[in-house]
Amino acid sequence: MLFTRSGPLGFLHLLYTPTAMIIAQFVLAFPIITALTQSAIVKVDPVIKLTAKTLGATPFQIALTVIKEARYGIFAGVIAGLGRVMAEVGAILIVGGNIAGYTRVMTTTIALETDKGNFELALALGIILLTLSFIINISLYLLQKRGIPPNIAWI
Amino acid sequence: MDLKLIVSKIWKVYNNKPVLKDLSFIFDRKRIYVIMGPNGNGKTTFLKICALLEVPDKGKILYCNSNNIPLAKDINLFRKITYVFPQVGIFNASVFDNVAYGLKIRGFKKKEIVARVEEVLDFVGLMHKKKQNALTLSSGEAKRMGIARAMVINPEFIFLDEPTAFVDIENVKIIEKILLELKEKESSTIIIATHDTSFALKVGDVILKLEEGKILT
Repeated sequence: MLFTRSGPLGFLHLLYTPTAMIIAQFVLAFPIITALTQSAIVKVDPVIKLTAKTLGATPFQIALTVIKEARYGIFAGVIAGLGRVMAEVGAILIVGGNIAGYTRVMTTTIALETDKGNFELALALGIILLTLSFIINISLYLLQKRGIPPNIAWI
Repeated sequence: MDLKLIVSKIWKVYNNKPVLKDLSFIFDRKRIYVIMGPNGNGKTTFLKICALLEVPDKGKILYCNSNNIPLAKDINLFRKITYVFPQVGIFNASVFDNVAYGLKIRGFKKKEIVARVEEVLDFVGLMHKKKQNALTLSSGEAKRMGIARAMVINPEFIFLDEPTAFVDIENVKIIEKILLELKEKESSTIIIATHDTSFALKVGDVILKLEEGKILT
């Protein structure tokens, strides 16, 4: 609505462009990443903050230390955001328009091919997308696991 | 420069009950002061007020230099005081990185950080655990790491809150040895809050009893 020619942002001529798709994906992922980052930072033990202070950290250094302590939680937020964005069809179809070679992406291709009845191609693309998503998630999970000491990893 | 801590007529009230009443004391020597008393009688509150982590309801905390001039309560003063919490406050990083923290934020060069951290880790007997994640240390080792992390920055004042809580006898002995050696160096004034009498008698030069909001020497 915002991006249509007659809409409030119509003068930007963003409808059916990759830029509009990026903006839509950003709007979708932003709340998830923000919420998970915020909860990860709140979960950091207050003693950590005080310890940094008593070791002589400036307020800025204290903030950096707290973010560093919450890094694995923040990472989880990024993974969740990525998952949300990778699987998105509706929003990018609306603002991107699924133009071949320009704004067509894997998910919109799958939707299109399914509609056309090309189930083999749609399935193959689906499998590729799923595999890619698995690889990214597994590698991020392994990276995140490195941050948890072995004796408390079961919690 | 020798710092002196002057506690002047401080009051602190919790839930309408005064924990510290008109308390005054001067910590002026590089010694080990031990504050004794049962749990919940204001030892930690007193220590936190002295370490500028809490503000008293009434009274003043002054850190004075050798000319008796009070210092401004800014980052330069905060960097001369350090506090070790009963839970230590361990960062999710290696023992080395935990101990090096105070030096890193002060902008020391890498070479000097390595030299100084290794020296204190050797001193507290944790050199062999240098690369281990500090969250996997036993509580006794964690307390020792907390002391090492405080020592490495050469502060004028070290506050230790319950350094022997949740620690086995072996580790208590090691902590006693560390503190006695530290005392001989005469580099810092150490103020300890504990309810462990035998530990207090072994390490303390001055034993203070906190009772009903007042200090008894």
